[in-house]
Amino acid sequence: MNPDTLINILIATVAAGTPLVFAALGELIVEKSGVLNLGVEGMMLVGAISGFIAMAKTGSLVIAVSCGMLAGALMALIFAVLTLSLMANQVASGLALTIFGTGLSAFMGIEYTSVALKGVPNIDIPILSHIPILGRLVFSYDILVYLSLFLLAGIMWFLYKTRAGLILKAIGESPKSGHALGFSVIGIRYLAVLFGGAMAGLGGVYLAVAYTPMWVEGMVAGRGWVALALVVFATWRPARVMIGAYLFGGVTILQFHIQGFGLEIPSQILSMLPYIATIVVLVLISRDKNLIRLNSPASLGITFHPENN
Amino acid sequence: MVFKIEPRPVPSKRMRYFSPLIAAALMLFTGLLIFTLLGKNPVLAFHAFFIEPINDLYGVGELIIKASPLMLIGVGLAIGFKANIWNIGAEGQLAMGAIFGGGVAIYFNESTSIFILPAMFISGIIGGMLWASIPAFLKIRYNANEILVSLMLNYVAILILSLLIHGPWKDPQGYGFPQSVLFSDSTLLPILIEGTRLHAGVILSFAAIGVGWIFLLKSFVGYQLQVSGLAINAASYAGFNYKKMIWIGLLAGGLCSGIAGVSEIAGPIGQLLPSVSPGYGFAAIIVAYVGRLHPVGILLSSLLMALLYLGGESGQMNLDLPSAVTGVFQGMLLFYLLAADFLINFRIRFKSNPTLKGTKP
Repeated sequence: MNPDTLINILIATVAAGTPLVFAALGELIVEKSGVLNLGVEGMMLVGAISGFIAMAKTGSLVIAVSCGMLAGALMALIFAVLTLSLMANQVASGLALTIFGTGLSAFMGIEYTSVALKGVPNIDIPILSHIPILGRLVFSYDILVYLSLFLLAGIMWFLYKTRAGLILKAIGESPKSGHALGFSVIGIRYLAVLFGGAMAGLGGVYLAVAYTPMWVEGMVAGRGWVALALVVFATWRPARVMIGAYLFGGVTILQFHIQGFGLEIPSQILSMLPYIATIVVLVLISRDKNLIRLNSPASLGITFHPENN
Repeated sequence: MVFKIEPRPVPSKRMRYFSPLIAAALMLFTGLLIFTLLGKNPVLAFHAFFIEPINDLYGVGELIIKASPLMLIGVGLAIGFKANIWNIGAEGQLAMGAIFGGGVAIYFNESTSIFILPAMFISGIIGGMLWASIPAFLKIRYNANEILVSLMLNYVAILILSLLIHGPWKDPQGYGFPQSVLFSDSTLLPILIEGTRLHAGVILSFAAIGVGWIFLLKSFVGYQLQVSGLAINAASYAGFNYKKMIWIGLLAGGLCSGIAGVSEIAGPIGQLLPSVSPGYGFAAIIVAYVGRLHPVGILLSSLLMALLYLGGESGQMNLDLPSAVTGVFQGMLLFYLLAADFLINFRIRFKSNPTLKGTKP
């Protein structure tokens, strides 16, 4: 394998991992507040088709990203009303969100199934992008990849350096104490869930507008669920979410290159790799019960009743 | 007029049964609103969606054929859901059932033995349960989340099916299409009523409703499952073995999905295709929930969900409505149910005198 191929694989890995970075970082914030939203797949799908339609109609990436994020947040709002205001079961509500999002996105996308988009151009910085190897590895992605890194830095700063981040984590650990201290547990969780929805929507937009770029029914293909697994894999730490996302991106890309290495493996077996990898990774990380117990937000998935406190 | 939301002293039993009806009514109302917004006459749309598909014997047969896998899988999943064990891998377990059952049909396609169908079902049950045992084992042994594992296995199972049909099980006379040979008569389920496609597999589904009723409501294990779901600490204090609950919860879903998989390929489909289910495994989650995890409720909700499938097809043919609208309806139904369940634990009090606002009773 020549170095050029290797660089291409690495670049493709980053692109394949980026939708997961967006969606998993969003879910990380949601879970840090003590809420488990299993609807990531549905929110990504609706975000993807919304962004895709906006891109096809206006040609503007900014509008596409805004529409996708807004759509994801609106989906998350349904979940928030159900689980936070009406105190419905979070697991069932999340599943409902995914089923609804799968149907809604298919419904919205009927007229767009054969439409092709130009995609998002990679940036081209004079001199920097033309440095051999390094230029391509660091300075030649599309703008959304840099946005994902920027958001990662922002989320790390928020969680570890700000008072607001501390409050969010405190509420995820003990909503009772947060409530007693005068914080609005429900209000803060609403914000976290909406943020998670917007991020999932953004991940969807990246898939449909930049990564593929076209609309296929159900095109998120389980990435929303992989994002959920990544949060566990990362033991609720943002930097590890990114590493995990790129690892999965690598597994996804590998399937396209394995046949290039002269190995005769049926395409279906290669397509299974990301799903099997997710299971393997989940098993490896979950087998240490203490690790999970110490790192997961203590109130994760438990409905909070303000009246009872 | 002011209204006030207050918690009920005890959860309302009546509301538990009213809530699915409220959800269905709200879904219907929203659906008609959507049709109107799409520029369709709501009365015609209602007719095309909910009346047209079942206004003759053939249509009623189709309704039961569609409801059959939904009620079967719904009962299987409800057993797990009772104990808070979330098997969302029914779609994959159904595909595995179809693979295991279909394999028997393909290898013994020349056989005319009466044991061939039972063998297909036994094989399919093994397939479905095998697939469900993976998340059960990984949860018990390695604490891995069964939701994520069972979901991931859906994709793997469907890819295995695709691999087999594109490879060793492809029909040599199939002009290269990805499909197996057509099953011979002895591997097909007999038709029950002349003039319909109603096959004998639906008997198994109705039997599952009965068995599920006894198991969930009358057996000690069913009681243990329920206690584990309501209060895990109480269950362990009573000495209930939670590992056993995990096994039962997941294997019940695998068993029922496996039967459903065989019923589909030996019934309406008649061969192995890359897709053996239009999302029955996911729709059955809604069926179980809307049916209140109760076999009789599941029977009723499976008929409603089946009607949504048929209505989607009919709306597409008669009104040029996209069939994807079915998924929207199904998701909406579950949303409304979860929202209406709020009324089980809370009540809304209307007060005609606004001066009472803010005063506590």
